[in-house]
Amino acid sequence: MYKIIKKEVLNPQITLMEVEAPYVAKKVQAGQFIILRVDELGERIPLTVADYNREKGTVTIIFQAIGKSTKMLAQLNEGDSIHDFVGPLGVATHLDGVKKAAVIGGGLGTAIAYPSAKALHEKGAEVDIIAGFRNKDLIILEKELAQSSSRVFITTDDGSNGRKGFVTDMLKQLIEEGNQYDLVIAIGPLIMMKFVCQLTKQYGIKTIVSMNPVMIDGTGMCGGCRVTVGGETKFACVDGPDFDGHLVDFDEAMRRQQMYKDEERKACEDCRLRRHE
Amino acid sequence: MANMAPKKVKMPEQEPTVRNKNFKEVALGYTADMAKEEAERCLHCKHMPCVKGCPVNVQIPDFIGLIKEGDFKGAYEKISETSALPAICGRVCPQESQCEKYCVRGIKGEPVAIGRLERFAADWAMEHIKEGVKKPESNGKKVAVVGAGPASLTCAGDLAKLGYEVTVFEAFHKAGGVLVYGIPEFRLPKKEIVQKEIDKLKELGVKIELNVVVGKSINIDELLGEEGYSAVFIGSGAGLPKFMHLPGENLNGVYSANEFLTRINLMNAYRWPDADTPVKIGKNVAIVGGGNVAMDAARCAKRLGAENVYIVYRRSEEEMPARLEEIHHAKEEEIIFKMLTNPVEIVGSEDGWVTGLKCVEMELGEPDESGRRRPVEKKGSDFVLDMDTVVIAIGQSPNPLIKNTTEGLATQPWGGIIVDEETGATNIEGVYAGGDAVTGAATVILAMGAGKTAAKAIDEYIKSKK
Repeated sequence: MYKIIKKEVLNPQITLMEVEAPYVAKKVQAGQFIILRVDELGERIPLTVADYNREKGTVTIIFQAIGKSTKMLAQLNEGDSIHDFVGPLGVATHLDGVKKAAVIGGGLGTAIAYPSAKALHEKGAEVDIIAGFRNKDLIILEKELAQSSSRVFITTDDGSNGRKGFVTDMLKQLIEEGNQYDLVIAIGPLIMMKFVCQLTKQYGIKTIVSMNPVMIDGTGMCGGCRVTVGGETKFACVDGPDFDGHLVDFDEAMRRQQMYKDEERKACEDCRLRRHE
Repeated sequence: MANMAPKKVKMPEQEPTVRNKNFKEVALGYTADMAKEEAERCLHCKHMPCVKGCPVNVQIPDFIGLIKEGDFKGAYEKISETSALPAICGRVCPQESQCEKYCVRGIKGEPVAIGRLERFAADWAMEHIKEGVKKPESNGKKVAVVGAGPASLTCAGDLAKLGYEVTVFEAFHKAGGVLVYGIPEFRLPKKEIVQKEIDKLKELGVKIELNVVVGKSINIDELLGEEGYSAVFIGSGAGLPKFMHLPGENLNGVYSANEFLTRINLMNAYRWPDADTPVKIGKNVAIVGGGNVAMDAARCAKRLGAENVYIVYRRSEEEMPARLEEIHHAKEEEIIFKMLTNPVEIVGSEDGWVTGLKCVEMELGEPDESGRRRPVEKKGSDFVLDMDTVVIAIGQSPNPLIKNTTEGLATQPWGGIIVDEETGATNIEGVYAGGDAVTGAATVILAMGAGKTAAKAIDEYIKSKK
């Protein structure tokens, strides 16, 4: 069992938890993820590590309550425990030799992009963060992003705070203003990552995306998370989750992500969330 | 005078049309009377050919003799001298190619039902022997075991009996390896059998640390270094699924057998929505392959409500590597066997779901290097079977994680760890390996045999260092 040390509600949908997980905390690097199971009947769900404290042996996860498992997780409080918590899994993001980067987060993806931005910033790279949200109530991690970058650009779809428009509009503007990025990291919904890649391809800027397919074990033993990259089948849990965005078959990934949508909807409609005393 | 009946005493089973709708165990096991009657069939041959066929050399005529006398406790203790997991082996060993293959009674008629008798003794013991196992005194030395499948559990149990402080590191949230994620409940009950065998190891003092991926959470150098283990046994299995690289393999509705069985067995998807993990089963399901894994997947699909479940295999039934009993059970449960049929493409709808499996007919040509006749494609014979779900069950290879994170560990080109066959020693001092991680996908009992061999060698190695 893995104890929840801290819980913070970041916005109506997104929750942060700091969890006691010494094995993960000791080894994890930016870009890696964990798999957790809320309780004995729970499913295994992957979540990217948002932060860690090696001395305290804790790991921070940030998640959006969108389905049964994440809603059940959000019900847990400080002092409660998560049944299973395994990692670090996947390959760390390659950040060596980067001088100027744009790190783009969409919604919850901002929390996942944050550790890479922080790591680049600490290595002395110039980092512009573009974080996109649907409206001002959903903005998260504003302070942390500011501390881990040269500049932060917040966009909202409806213009309720920051700039109106999508992250791609902002990125395009920055590129056309003459910012020469040697790397773009884009993390968020598949559709957002796809559009960022379409844009950066026109400018020939190397772009890393973090894929988020359905996963079970997360150790390479089932292939449930397979994605097509440059015409080859890769397992996102062991070969990724980071891939060269210009080589990823996003249409296939979006289709595969929908595989269980009927079951997910039903599980949530029933909404018989198991309570934990 | 022995019982000279030519056939084994029949074991009660659930009716095929009943059991293909539930996940309860198919074979119900012998009663005490049935066991004694079957035990009477053993001739107690002096040269005991059966024992040589058992990879862990269970003293077969001795334990059968005790069953005959009604000393079931004694029989169980006799088996336990050499076998760590008898309730499991009695159920899943391919006895027809091991102990029972050499049984003298098999020359004229059926061999003695050694597996069923072993199972009987182990099940009887679980039900009747209540006193716990006595924890041996510690000798102060620590051994780490990687993975919690049959090779590792056997190795851990043997070392614990010798007084070692053993810690097993398992990547999953449950111990058992293929016994919990691969072999379905209807062949091997998880709670009643697997968990109880594992609990006995814990009573011996074996520690099991779940949710630790060796190679990620911790690596082998650290175990031997700062963590203070005197030796490491790698029993990480062969869990890397093979795909066929066919067009359409990434369509929705296509699974590796590992994913399909893990969802069903480990994650209890057959109990969805009470358990949270779903699995997609269409009306028509194709399982590609001819081993035990393919049979398990097919029988699971049927139980989950598929109308037509096909085994699609490129050779003929004679060449199928699956156990005879499993093929027989699958047929009884109305699984359709499409032999000499090779898939060439998975066909899908515009929105990306499987709709069919395009196959070609095969015929058998000359024997290949494995001695089996090579299947050759019949030109122009292609046809499409309507399908909603396709499961690829053509084999697994060792996961490269340990190899990639253990500097200098010697492995075969296909990924198997290279060991000294006598001891299970790898090329790194203090590091031993066994089971599917060494041989590629094989059997539970061979993995257990390898775990035993390594335990003995590890004991000798650690003593020699004093």
